[in-house]
Amino acid sequence: METPLTQNARPDCPPDRAAYERAGGYQALRIALRNLTPQAVIDEVKKSNLRGRGGAGFPTGLKWSLIPKDAPHPRYFAANADEMEPGTFKDRLLLEGGPHQFLEGLMLASYATKADVAYIFLRGEYVLAARRLEQAIAEAYAAGYLGRNILGSGYSLELYLHSSVGRYMCGEETALMNALEGKRANPRTKPPYPGTSGLWGKPTTVNNVETLCCVPHIVNRGAEWFRNLANTSSRAKDGGTKLYGASGKVKRPGLWELPMGATAREVLDRAGGMRGDLRLRGLLPGGASTDFMTEEHLDVPLDFTQPQKVGTRMGTGTMIVLDDRTCPVGMVWNLEQFFARESCGWCTPCWSGLAWVERILRALEEGQGKPGDLERLEFQTRFFGPGRTFCALAPGAAEPLQSALKYFREDFERHIREQRCPWS
Amino acid sequence: MATVFIDNRPYQMDGKQNLLRGCLSAGLNLPYFCWHPALGSVGACRQCAIKQFKDEKDPRGKIVMACMTPAKDGARISIDDPETVEFRRAVIEGLMLNHPHDCPVCDEGGECHLQDMTVMTGHAYRRASIQKRTWRNQYLGPFVHHEMNRCIQCYRCVRYYRDYAGGTDLNSFALRDTVYFGREREGVLESEFAGNLVEVCPTGVFTDATFHRHYSRKWDLQFAPSICVHCGMGCNTSVAERYGSIRRTVNRYNGAVNGYFLCDRGRFGYEFNDSQGRLREARLRGRAVPREAAAGYLRLLSASGAIGIGSPRASLESNVALRELVGSQHFFAGIAGREAEVLELMLQVLRSGAARTPTLREIEEADAVFILGEDIGNTAPRMALSVRQSIRQKPMEIAAKLRIAPWLDYAVREAVQDVRGPLFIASPYATRLDGIATRVFRGGPDELARLGFAVARAIDPSAPAPDGVPEGAGEVAEALKSAHRPVIIAGAGLRGTALIRAAANIARARPGARLAFVAPEVNSFGLAMMGAPALDAALEAQGETLIVLENDLYRRAPGPVIDRFLERFHHVVVLDSLDTATGARAEMLLPAATYAEGDGTFVSSEARAQRVYQAFVPAEPIQESWRWLGDWQSLDQAIAAVATAFPLLYGITAAAPPASFRMAGRKIPREPHRYSGRASMLANIAVSEPRPPADADAPLNFSMEGYSGQPPAPLIPFFWAPGWNSYQAVNKFQEEIAGPLRGGDAGVRLIGPGRQAAAYYEPVSRDGEPRDGEPKDGSEWLIVPAYHVFGSEELSRHAPGIRELSPQPYIALNAADAAQFGGEAECLGQRVPVKVAPELPAGVAAVPAGIPPFLGFDLPRRVAIRKPL
Repeated sequence: METPLTQNARPDCPPDRAAYERAGGYQALRIALRNLTPQAVIDEVKKSNLRGRGGAGFPTGLKWSLIPKDAPHPRYFAANADEMEPGTFKDRLLLEGGPHQFLEGLMLASYATKADVAYIFLRGEYVLAARRLEQAIAEAYAAGYLGRNILGSGYSLELYLHSSVGRYMCGEETALMNALEGKRANPRTKPPYPGTSGLWGKPTTVNNVETLCCVPHIVNRGAEWFRNLANTSSRAKDGGTKLYGASGKVKRPGLWELPMGATAREVLDRAGGMRGDLRLRGLLPGGASTDFMTEEHLDVPLDFTQPQKVGTRMGTGTMIVLDDRTCPVGMVWNLEQFFARESCGWCTPCWSGLAWVERILRALEEGQGKPGDLERLEFQTRFFGPGRTFCALAPGAAEPLQSALKYFREDFERHIREQRCPWS
Repeated sequence: MATVFIDNRPYQMDGKQNLLRGCLSAGLNLPYFCWHPALGSVGACRQCAIKQFKDEKDPRGKIVMACMTPAKDGARISIDDPETVEFRRAVIEGLMLNHPHDCPVCDEGGECHLQDMTVMTGHAYRRASIQKRTWRNQYLGPFVHHEMNRCIQCYRCVRYYRDYAGGTDLNSFALRDTVYFGREREGVLESEFAGNLVEVCPTGVFTDATFHRHYSRKWDLQFAPSICVHCGMGCNTSVAERYGSIRRTVNRYNGAVNGYFLCDRGRFGYEFNDSQGRLREARLRGRAVPREAAAGYLRLLSASGAIGIGSPRASLESNVALRELVGSQHFFAGIAGREAEVLELMLQVLRSGAARTPTLREIEEADAVFILGEDIGNTAPRMALSVRQSIRQKPMEIAAKLRIAPWLDYAVREAVQDVRGPLFIASPYATRLDGIATRVFRGGPDELARLGFAVARAIDPSAPAPDGVPEGAGEVAEALKSAHRPVIIAGAGLRGTALIRAAANIARARPGARLAFVAPEVNSFGLAMMGAPALDAALEAQGETLIVLENDLYRRAPGPVIDRFLERFHHVVVLDSLDTATGARAEMLLPAATYAEGDGTFVSSEARAQRVYQAFVPAEPIQESWRWLGDWQSLDQAIAAVATAFPLLYGITAAAPPASFRMAGRKIPREPHRYSGRASMLANIAVSEPRPPADADAPLNFSMEGYSGQPPAPLIPFFWAPGWNSYQAVNKFQEEIAGPLRGGDAGVRLIGPGRQAAAYYEPVSRDGEPRDGEPKDGSEWLIVPAYHVFGSEELSRHAPGIRELSPQPYIALNAADAAQFGGEAECLGQRVPVKVAPELPAGVAAVPAGIPPFLGFDLPRRVAIRKPL
């Protein structure tokens, strides 16, 4: 089984430029700049069925072709390294373990979208990653992979690293742009989409770290190879490998690069199953803003389409596991506390609704639940529905809540009936 | 136009607009908060949710925000769809989670958009039992009161204050349900347009701090349609009274003039009406006398011949009444020589047809502006706010190219970033608009005029050339030439006819350009149209009696000159609403009604004649000056007399309907129909309910009774519509949202487009005169007047809040010049602190205009500045 993204990742001691080059690094950049037009890179990525690894799964090649033909310069590219989804730590491994692979992907993506300037928008707490990126960027500049007239191709790219001050909201691509511009990190009106009017009003493309890390391998080894990395059932719409993770009370929490379309059962197996005599009650397949899966769904391939059949989505692919001795209401309360806290305060359903949801869940946990609370929570999840909010934060927050109300209804009801948290 | 099906009924609406604006224009009730007709759409509050269907066969549709969705032809939407009705109710419920429900003690109560929208959506019962967040409020200055607990996070305040008005010191802080709108540190709001927050805020976070001190519910106030008297822009206001005092001023929408906004001088200057300095009795040699006795003495004195001095802050009717009383050959305009010259020249230019003068709305829509020598930020603040919008016009092309609708406010701003349309400013000192200007030119008045002439010349080579070629003229000329809707602005601030001539030449050189003049006072143009000789001529006049109309001559000419002048007369009669230095020298003082207490007509800087009506009948013996002076029985007779005497002013008869005007046979009530306490207000004096005063002058009642529909624009005392108790009821009075009021905006233009082609004016000649910045002998400086939005205007100085924000006297010099003097300097006989204004040209000094002690000096002029002994 191939693991192109992580085979050279060394979080303890990442490969420097020379080591990366020895392992075939920056070959893709050379190929692209020498032999491929930007359009050819886009076409290859399109054929590879690479989809955005930030969680939404938007086809990457398509995203790159959304910039209007006659769009003005400067154009921008932003790498979204603001990994703040609860339970998600996949980009961290890629950044700390092999910054050059990521940089090469970013350069290729910038070349494909004809960007003049690229930014890395990095989560503030990723201090080690920042240090390693700074080092890698300096090496890349020194080697002529960045700057003016890269490798004599005529293509120029400036790259800046920006460490965020730390708000979940900044991971939303348009809020990220506002943050980069030094403005309040509220999401922006769409349309216009960033490809039309992005950073400083100029065409901009934003991609997740893991997505970008795939790109050098696609250019090196071709779209077909990449597509075939995915499991058979996923290949039609997805390509490549995926970093899957598991946290919670499993034996060996961690992160594994598996073929796209691995099942939750395979991931749990990697994690060694549940700890001690704990039983699995459910899991959030891809970070906090996905719907719960339960034992019966463990064999659903985790890609960007198939989990929809059981009412959830892969998201970031890093699952949070719920065991039978942890209160599901408490877990959801914890998550909703996070979402309520991170609401940017822009649209009413989000800032008011999440605050209310969080307060109801707290009341349940503190033994002050009231009849009608669950109906209210259900109403609120609909209140966060499509078109009703300004961005995807509140709809994401609704996902664990609505599915918990579905799968763990009896636990919620017991909180009200017994006027206490049965797990406490 | 687009046909949009709303709940299966077709409506015609502007296809370039969004659905919210379309629905409101169609007269439908759709609740909203973050959207504002002048601020555009941002989609924050989610209150205007509707259902949009793909086509007739789409049974489900999807929820969209009306404010964010274009009104496409053939669109099918539903307001009544149960899911959206429920959603809108839930949004209000969410907004109310933290709202304190303190309506009974909130100044906004009874005219609160949040109350109105809450009732509209049907949210009535609180289901949340969560604890509300509370905030510490800030002191924001004398005008705006802050009460953050009531905030519903609609972001209108910061969008208005920062994006629209250019303020920087109000911001949004923190996130989630705890966003704080305020200043980084407590303190006076810096923007001179902060008062609009009171109307922009949909609830009681920002309320009128002056109103708070003498508060009354909106429904208990008696209103009158009025005009702001604190500069020459003619902004429309409503003044509100209870118990015989003026309680506040609110904006009265006029689509062509002030739109939705006023400046703070205009909004808060009203407190002079009840200030300490008010003259409330007739005084003969210092003793109060009854109205009849005073009037009798006035008749006696005027019978034997009198000199009359009119006023640019008195109504046309009052000026004409004085003129008729003393005879036209004895009537003088009451403004000093150079100001009179400038005003006369402005009128001449406008009447000659050099260019059409723009409305403030048209200035907003200009795509290139050149301000030549007038500090409009301080002399005509509302115009400056319009100019601030004009710089967004040209960059709109960027948004249009990206197919971003102009009303999609943040999307436009994100696309445009800091690209600004052309704005050129020529001024001796820094102005509030400098920060957004393409380029700023500095110089003394003549230097700036020379620049103006050179711009005209650069546009049209047949225009006369000034001496030398001022640098930058070509750049200005190019911008004005390539614009579609260029506007040139000049004014009377620097008292320079050369600036007016230069502005006229530019307008003449660039066909289609609009030319805006700034007249200093509320009726400067009206007075100028009467064509009377200036005050200087009066100083030579002989007579027994002098009658001064609403004019403090000590503000017009140097004190000793006025002293000598007044001494020449045996009898001096002064009519005024305030105690003034001139009044102090009068034998007889007659209390004149203010604009809020009397009726009359004013002519604004765009030559728009507009009527004011009394909000209440003032206590005897206060009455309009024209009633003291004239023998007319009614306002209509006064208006007819004005029109007869001055054909140029004939148009004022149409500025508002006559007193006989009725709607459905009834007069228009000044009071809301919920006016309370009518039977008990004066019960401490007499238990029987007094009959409301009759109003023979206006088709308005001092009552809650009368016609209950919408009167024509000049007669709208206040905006109210069923379910719309807040100011936003104005939606229901407009032909379309943000458009003209039904039946046309208030006011009549007195000067139409000229017929004959204007000739060019000759430029300033240098004639061996020193340039502005060249002291003649090393000790003479050119002293220019510097205007202050708070302080320079006479009447508003009597309002406590305005006075608080007025600057102390100073003399401003550039750093090198200031270094000669140290901390203080002596100039024009006054010893004042020296202020460094780095931008001032060498040899040019500025002193505050209209602020003691610099009153009555005919500035600009060359005088010595000395080190104090």
